[in-house]
Order: sequence, then C-alpha cells, then structure tokens
Amino acid sequence: MSEISGHGEPNGSPAEAGGSHPGPRRVIGTPPPAEARTLLGTGLPDGPQPPPRELPAGPEDPRKAKLAERIVAACFILAMLAGIGFIAAYIGLPVHTVDAVLRSNLALGTALSVAFLGLGVGATIWVRHLMPDVELTEARKPMASTPEDRAAFAETFAEGADASQFVKRPLLRRTLIAATLPLAVAPVVLLRDMGPLPGTSLRHTVWKKGTRLMEFVTYQPLTPADFSSPGGMVTVIPEGYEYDDDELAKAATIIIKFRPEELEKPTVLNWTVDGIVAYSKICTHLGCPASLYEQTTHHILCPCHQSTFDAPRGAQVIFGPAARPLPQLPITTNAEGYLVAQSDFHEPVGPSFWERG
Amino acid sequence: MSTTKALEGVGGFLDDRFRGAKGFRTFFRKIFPDHWTFLLGEIALYSFIILLLSGTFLTFWFQPSMTDVIYHGSYTHLDGVRMSEAYASTLHISFDVRGGLLMRQIHHWAADLFMAAIFAHMLRIFFTGAYRKPREVNWLIGIVLLTLGLLEGLFGYSLPDDLLSGAGLRITEGVMQSIPVVGTYLAFFLFGGAFPGNVIIPRLYILHVLLIPGLILALITAHLFIMFHQKHTQMPGKGRTEQNVVGAPMYPYFMAKTGAFFFFTFAALALAATFAQINPVWLYGPYTPVAMSAGSQPDFYMGMLEGALRVMVPWEWNVAGHTFSFNVFVPALLPLGAVFTGAALWPFIERWVTGDKRDHHINDRPRNAPTRTGIGVAVMTFYGVLWLEGANDVIADHFDIALYTTTRIAQVAMFVGPVIAYILTKRICLGLQRKDLHLLEHGVETGIIRQLPSGEFTEIARPLSEEERAKLVARTQLRGPAELEAVDENGIPAPATRGAIGKVRARLNTILTESVELTPTNGHGGNGHGGNGHGAGEPARAAVPAGGPQEISAGAGPAASPAVSGGGGAGAVGGAGAVGGAGAGTDGGVAGHSGSADPGSPGDPGPDGPVQ
Repeated sequence: MSEISGHGEPNGSPAEAGGSHPGPRRVIGTPPPAEARTLLGTGLPDGPQPPPRELPAGPEDPRKAKLAERIVAACFILAMLAGIGFIAAYIGLPVHTVDAVLRSNLALGTALSVAFLGLGVGATIWVRHLMPDVELTEARKPMASTPEDRAAFAETFAEGADASQFVKRPLLRRTLIAATLPLAVAPVVLLRDMGPLPGTSLRHTVWKKGTRLMEFVTYQPLTPADFSSPGGMVTVIPEGYEYDDDELAKAATIIIKFRPEELEKPTVLNWTVDGIVAYSKICTHLGCPASLYEQTTHHILCPCHQSTFDAPRGAQVIFGPAARPLPQLPITTNAEGYLVAQSDFHEPVGPSFWERG
Repeated sequence: MSTTKALEGVGGFLDDRFRGAKGFRTFFRKIFPDHWTFLLGEIALYSFIILLLSGTFLTFWFQPSMTDVIYHGSYTHLDGVRMSEAYASTLHISFDVRGGLLMRQIHHWAADLFMAAIFAHMLRIFFTGAYRKPREVNWLIGIVLLTLGLLEGLFGYSLPDDLLSGAGLRITEGVMQSIPVVGTYLAFFLFGGAFPGNVIIPRLYILHVLLIPGLILALITAHLFIMFHQKHTQMPGKGRTEQNVVGAPMYPYFMAKTGAFFFFTFAALALAATFAQINPVWLYGPYTPVAMSAGSQPDFYMGMLEGALRVMVPWEWNVAGHTFSFNVFVPALLPLGAVFTGAALWPFIERWVTGDKRDHHINDRPRNAPTRTGIGVAVMTFYGVLWLEGANDVIADHFDIALYTTTRIAQVAMFVGPVIAYILTKRICLGLQRKDLHLLEHGVETGIIRQLPSGEFTEIARPLSEEERAKLVARTQLRGPAELEAVDENGIPAPATRGAIGKVRARLNTILTESVELTPTNGHGGNGHGGNGHGAGEPARAAVPAGGPQEISAGAGPAASPAVSGGGGAGAVGGAGAVGGAGAGTDGGVAGHSGSADPGSPGDPGPDGPVQ
C-alpha cells in the first residue's frame, strides 16, 4: 500500500508524481550508487537487490547515545526499585485505621507513581536520543473506491439481490418485515415490570392526623416548650418511619419557631402552634432537602440549586429556579402536649411531575 | 542476527498459520504524524484503559446492594450507623483492602481525566477542522462517546450511596419526573417505584460495569479503526500535502512513544490519587433523603447541567391538570442538547454552506478559519458560563460575591458572553492572519536598525525559513466552488444562491468564509495595506469602510485562489515581500482584497495608518 520516501524528498508535487500514483520511491539519505555496491563484493547473486534501509541502523552520535543509554537504564532501575517498593509496602504496611490507610496510600501511591514515571521518562529518552531521527512520507490515496470497483460492487449486490428473490417476491419481503416488528417491540414491553405505575403515590405522604413530629437524628418527640425562643430550624420526621427512606423522601419536614406577629400570609396560621410553623423539607425544584436556614433573614435555602423560600410568609419562592412554595404541614398539639400533624400535606410535596396539575 | 532468529521461531509459527508477514510489514511502517495536540485523544484512551483496570479491581469487593446494615467496620466514626451495603462495602474498600483507597482514587481521577481529555480532544478536532470529509462519521462517534462518558460518570459516582451521590440521584430523578407526559413513568420504572427505592444502585451498577463500558469499548474500537484506515490528519508544514502523511513509523517509534505516554498517564493518575484526595465518601456519610450539606458539587463534567438548572428562572405552567416544569426540563435538556446536537450537525452545516466537498487531511490552523474559531469560542463561553454557575456557591464564597449576584451575572453572561467572544475571537484570528501575511511579505523583524546612505532608517527583516513559510502558506481555501460565488462577472447571481434558501446560504457562506486571503503581488498596493495596522481586536472597519471584512473574501476574484497551498503560492507571496519593502513598519494589512478585481485602486488609508 505505501510508497515511502525519505525526508527532503519533494514528493507530492504533481509534476513529479505524475498523477496520484507515483512509482515506489524508497530513498533514505543518499544511497550508494549501484557500481559501488558491486565493487564492495557483497557476494549477492545477480538479480533484484534488496531494497535499501528505510530506517538508519543507529544514532548519529554514538557518544551521546552511550550517555542516553545509561540515563535510560538508570530510569528503568529506578522503576524496578519502585516496583519492589510497591510490593514491599503492600506486604509491610497494614490498613484498618485511618492513619494506617493514609500511610499505606502514600507509600503505595508514591511507589506506583515513581515506577510509572521511571518507565515513562526512560522510554521517552530512549525514543528521542537513542533511536535515530527519521521522518518518512507515506502516500495517501483518496478514500473513495475507483469507479470500476464501485460498479463491480453494485453488480455483485444486484446479483445477490436477484438470487435471493428478495426484490422479486414482495410477499416474502412484507411477511418477513411483519414477522420482525412485534419482536422489535417486545424488549420495550419486557421492561414494563421495572417498576410499579406511579398511581397517586406522589400526592400523599405518611403524615396523618395525630402523627407525632420526631426530631431527626435523636428520634425524640417534640413539645412547643422545647422551643423556648425563636431561633433555628429543626428537621422532623413522622413517628414510626425513622428508617423508611422511601417515605422520608417525601415526608421530611422542617419546623421553625417565630414570634406569632412575625408570621404573615400566605402562611396558614391555623396550621401553626404558638408561632411554630412546619414546611415540607423537600425542595419543590428537584427534591433536595432544603437544609439551610438563615436566622436573620428567615430564608430557607436549598443547597442544591439555591432556591430560596421566605419562611414567615408561607415559604414563598423569593429566588432561584423553584416554582412553588414549600407546602405547609398543618400541626397542632395532642393531649400529652406533643407536636402532631393535623393531617397530611394538602398538596403534593417535592418536585413537579406531569400529573401533578 | 538474533532478531532474525527469533522471528523465524515465533513469527514463523504464526505466519505459517495466519499469513501475516505482508500485512504486519505495512502495519509496522504505518506513518504517524506528530503534534502535541494529537496526544489528547491518547490521554482519553489510556484513561479508559486505566478505568477498566482499576474498576475491575473495585468490583471484587463492592456490593451493589441497598440493603440496610449496621456498620461495625474499621472506620470507627461511623460505628453503629445504619447504611446501605453499597456504602459499607465502599468503606471496606477504602479502609480494609490494601491499595483499595489508592485504586478508588485512581478510578475517580481517571474518570475525570477521561472526560477532560475527551473535551480537549474534541475541541482540538473542531478548531483544526479535522472533522471535515472524510472524517465526519468519526466525529459523530466521538460525540456519542462523550455522551456515554457523561452517563458512565454520573452512574459511577452514584454507586457508593453516600450523601452526595444520593443527592445526585435525587436530582436525576427530579429531572426525569419533569419530562412531560412520560416523565413520572420513566422515573418509576428506573427507580423501581418511588425514590429512592431499593433497586437503583444494582441497576446503575450493571449499566456502569457492563452495558455502557461495553458500548464505549466498541465505539472506541470503531473510532480507532476508522482513524487508522483513513490515516491521521497532519498539521500544515514543509513537505506535507493532502496526498501524503509525514511522520515517524509505527514500529518502533510510535509504539515506544505511545507506550511512554501510557506510563506518563498512569503516573499522573497515581500521583493525583496519592496526593490529592478525591471523593472521601466516609466524610459525607451514608445517604439519607432528609439531610444535605452545603457546597455540594457534582464532578466537573456535570457542572454545565448543574449550572443550567441553577440559572433557570422559575417557570412552570399548569394546563388542564398537567404540569409543564419548564424550570427543570428546559435547562436539563436544552443547553447541553443544543451544544451536542449543534456539534454533531456542524460538519454537515459547514459543508452545505461552503459547498466544500473535498477531502481534507491537512488541519487548519484555527486562525485560518476565523468564523469557525469564533463560533467554537462562543460555544465554549456559553458552556463555560453555565459550568461556572454550577459552582456559583463556591465562587460566591471564595470571591466574596453575593450568591444571587453570581446567578444574575450568569443569566446575562450566558447570552452576552458568547456574542462578545465570537466578535473578539474572529477579530483576533483576522489580526493573526494579517500578521502571518506581514511575515510572508516582509520576513521576521530582527530588531536591527540600519541607516541608509540617504539618511533613512530601516529595520532589517530576516526572510522566513522554508519550514516557517510552508506553515504559513499551507491554507485551505475556505471558499467552496464557484457555485456559491454570489455574483459572476456579468452580475448574474449563481443558481445555488437564488431563492430564499439560496440567499441564506450565500449570506452564511460569506460569513463563514471570511478570511484574510494570501494574494499575489498586485493586491499589495491596494486599499488594505495603508491602514488597518491595529492588529488584533480592532474592527477592520476603520480602514476598510466599504463593508469591511466581508469584502475580503466575497470580492476576491479567482486569481486570488492559487496562493492557497504548495510551493507556487509561496513564490508569489515572496514576490510581494520584495515589492512591499516600502511598507515596512505597518503592522499587517488586508492586502489584496481589492486584488485582481481592482489592482490599481488608490490606497484608502485609515485615519492613522501610515501610507508610503
């Protein structure tokens, strides 16, 4: 395939190449004239001579090459030692505690890095300073086939089509297509049992009348007295669902205590207890827990995309990509004085979905 | 010789059975052109190999299970904590498997490097025009690979089931749910019910370790075979033509070089994994849908999507009992979708606009395709703004900017930035082209000032070396065939430019092919050279009032084209240098755009351009 010629060859100029197919030219440097070769008496029989070398046998400067060889060997020895060090570190250094793991990681990683660096540097010096410089030129043919080849292929294709009767017999063709169509749909159908249909599950949470609000992490019920003064935000979850992630992903709630006069519409005051208001913690944008609360401004901030909700005013959106306020959970106190839900949320919590309406 | 003997043994055995001598000889002598940017794709390839190696190691211990366990392992800070088996086994790999943490970190860094290298490789291909015929299909495969890489990364960092990865999944689920009509069903099918369920990690695991890597591997193989079959492109230079490949042979040169490069890639990843901690999941804790920490960022390649979600305005419609969450599905699908779709279509758009149906094997220097380069930088700016916005909380924190201000800046910059970037880049390219033209005409300024007998001072210019000259004159003619020349000599519009679509095409062609032409001598005294010596960034209009740069290509007659590549053009321009000596001191000029059409036109000097 390749015509290869040495550098300095002014090839590719149309005049010399004589079309797209220049004859093979394999010249590197200046080949000795034919007579000289005969005079040297190589003992070769008459007939076609082997082509001259395309790559020089050795580097131009043997002294420099010797130095380079030593450096490369040193790099490889370093890599070998590092490799041994890696194995030694694996055997010698235990893990199982944070400090030990960090020591082991440092030793193993350093050894591995040095081993690969040694190999890389050595190989690079080898290529650049030991292998002789070459620049070869290879001809590039047009990608397209010749018109003859194309025509021949077209003929072969047509012959095959005729022989198969595929074109001539439409009944076969159509029934074959009809036979494969249902099978093409089958894999999609097979995926149907990947999950249940949504139904109304996104519209409800497990909060219901009388469910106690349990503080997240400690799992203790709360009373209004636990909030002696207005302040921070507390995350609560419904009692009995402490470890149920599927339910918590919808039911997580935050409560914030305000001075009663701070609460304004559209906060539903009937759903608050003594200035304590409860909102869904699940951001109405994409469902991250809206975990950040700024006490001075009363802003609830979702850390994922920075939707910001105005806590004393119905958790309305005041900045960011969320389109709806955080739903408010109606709360009250039960006979024992614990904070409980009056009911479920009155609208779906969390991110929007097509059927939400 | 011992080499020959060895060949007779093993080689003979194989050749007796497979007849490979001829094919392998060709293979060994295959020529690989050299340029540092050709290494970017290799980084991606080697990162992928390292991902396969380190990833296989991790699968020996990782448990893709969401079953709850109570942790009692080596990491005592989480002792007694309820977590999924996936998270617990990730802790086990990190703290109880020797080399486990190293491999986890190599795997994660390699994923980041894989994506970064793909992005850089893709930009190189774009800016040098290496996607042009016959390589459009490989460009498309590359875009599919990039998309698969994004998915593979997203699924991969979701597997440990730590607090951050769970939040990423929650966002993924929210985005799916927002898709009109089918979204809720898609989410329920993928997650096996409501979020988070207990099947998502096993499902993502099999996609992450089998399906997607299999597809990536198959496509990489196709990508390489096509590259190999079509032969690599080369950068312009001496002796390089559209009909040849100049470089070093595969064996032993390219093999040794690329082997060394694999070692360097592995060394870099090992160094990063040793000294730069990544994704310390034990600090984040197991996933719970109830809690979230501030400053949560996805991996960098997801940053653009994250930023798009953050920058969006809260639009949502409720129509007839159904919700259109424009605030979610528009930013999730539109910006990245537009960039990828645009990239995929670009080779075909450019081909249609320019009518250029030729094969291209010599890459463009980015400056020599000013409009393409401008569009590329504009898209990068758009992407970059959204990418930065994806970390706006970190930026706000580090640079002490109000959080909302960063978003508002991004909301404006994502539209204004690309426009400015396009204009600036194009001007810079045109300026660099003028600089090249100046070099061709006058040579390299040496800084040596000589006084002539007449008392005049001149600066001695060194003529360009052959290599330098070859690089500068090897330019693809941007203009397509004559079918798109807006008007022929008799003032009749070309057939391809008639009708509404034809007019649009002609107009786009004018914009897309805007370029400073290398022209023969007679253009030199024309109106370009006098003024307009301001260099990059300055609108050319100051000196060229009549429509400015558009005129440069549209007005250039056929006589301007021979100077595009090869030695002939070099000679002609060299002649220009001799004639134009008087113009020394001006910093480039739009030489020759009046060209053959109006060789004798008097100079039209700009306000401050010196005229000799």
